[in-house]
Amino acid sequence: MHTTDAAASEPGVFANGIWKQNPVLVQVLGMCPVLAVSNTTINALAMGLATASVLILSSATVSLLRHWIPPQARIVTFIMVIATFVTCVDYLVQSISIELHRALGAFLSLIVVNCLVLGRAEAFASQQSVRRSLADAAGMGCGFLFALLCLGTVRELVGSGQVFGYPLLGDRYQGWAIMLLPPGGFFSLAGWLMFFRWWTLRRHSASGSTFQLSGPTDG
Amino acid sequence: MVEATNPESLWSIFIRASLVNNFVLAYFLGICPFLGVSGKLQTAGRMGLAVAFVMLIATVCGFAIERVLDWIDAPFLNLISLIAVIATTVQLIEMFVKKVSPTLFRALGIYLPLMTTNCAILGVALFQSNHGYGFLQAVVFGLGAGVGFWLALVLIAGLREKLDLVDPPDLVKGTALTLVLAGILSLCFMGFSGIGGGS
Repeated sequence: MHTTDAAASEPGVFANGIWKQNPVLVQVLGMCPVLAVSNTTINALAMGLATASVLILSSATVSLLRHWIPPQARIVTFIMVIATFVTCVDYLVQSISIELHRALGAFLSLIVVNCLVLGRAEAFASQQSVRRSLADAAGMGCGFLFALLCLGTVRELVGSGQVFGYPLLGDRYQGWAIMLLPPGGFFSLAGWLMFFRWWTLRRHSASGSTFQLSGPTDG
Repeated sequence: MVEATNPESLWSIFIRASLVNNFVLAYFLGICPFLGVSGKLQTAGRMGLAVAFVMLIATVCGFAIERVLDWIDAPFLNLISLIAVIATTVQLIEMFVKKVSPTLFRALGIYLPLMTTNCAILGVALFQSNHGYGFLQAVVFGLGAGVGFWLALVLIAGLREKLDLVDPPDLVKGTALTLVLAGILSLCFMGFSGIGGGS
């Protein structure tokens, strides 16, 4: 499903996750938190950082344990590893800022079922060395954070004229309340997907190669 | 001790879980199967039923697990035990479906085992404890959420079947178009807000 070039070096693996194989905008993975907590930039940033840290920690652990995990029980083992780190991150966020914890709500716990985290453990970390897994997890985490910020900035800017709580569009701007509500999440994500598709198609038609955009693959 | 502190009526819980706070269209839970298996009406309906069933079981399990962990004073194990129970239930359902209807098993494909990582299922188990529901309330909540998920899946599948007949521009084909549809559907569901009392 994901083409992981075996010859790519660590920086290549890292860059791949941010742009070419961006988990949200290209692979369409882990959509639920992306849509749910991207109504303000600060929520998007916190959620992106939390997911990225869980991803990095669990990828490293899975990669370390890859020779000892029996193949029949691997999914269960991965989920348990992820659930442990999510519990840690959940308590960590709670200790840093209780308001943030309340704003993110159940979505912090729901990182467990983010298919991006499990997908990387299964597709990459369980087969590759620790260093490469770390590079991949960091790249995917940054890509996820980048996509969340894309969405969060647009939704907060259009919805209330602010970014990170600073009014950018002046006092007279009338926010589109719809962008902060659930439908706005669907519409802005659709907009970003179209933009990325247009961007990729244009680049590929310039270089003359045929290109197939991957659809939603799983979970 | 965890106690039922929510005085909400059962009918109101059901309406709010299924329509007003629809899991897919208002809480964005379970988006992946929503985008993935909503191509055909029949498959979507059956997938919706399977997910709704697991959601009901997950709610009951979530309720029980919370009590047990509270009793042994280990609330930090909540998430881990929940996901283990859900994974087991999904595995059982997978075996059941494979035995009873191999056709359905093939139609659901990868999305059946992926139900383990369906956020709607874990979400319903987590939310019921946040709301502080009693046992009967939790069951109705799980049922309502499941019905809401099934409804959203069937609605979007019906819309997408109609879309097969039109010819959209190349740029919006695929996921983007489905997302726009989901946005419009979500707008419609916002019209339900206020029904069932409360916020």
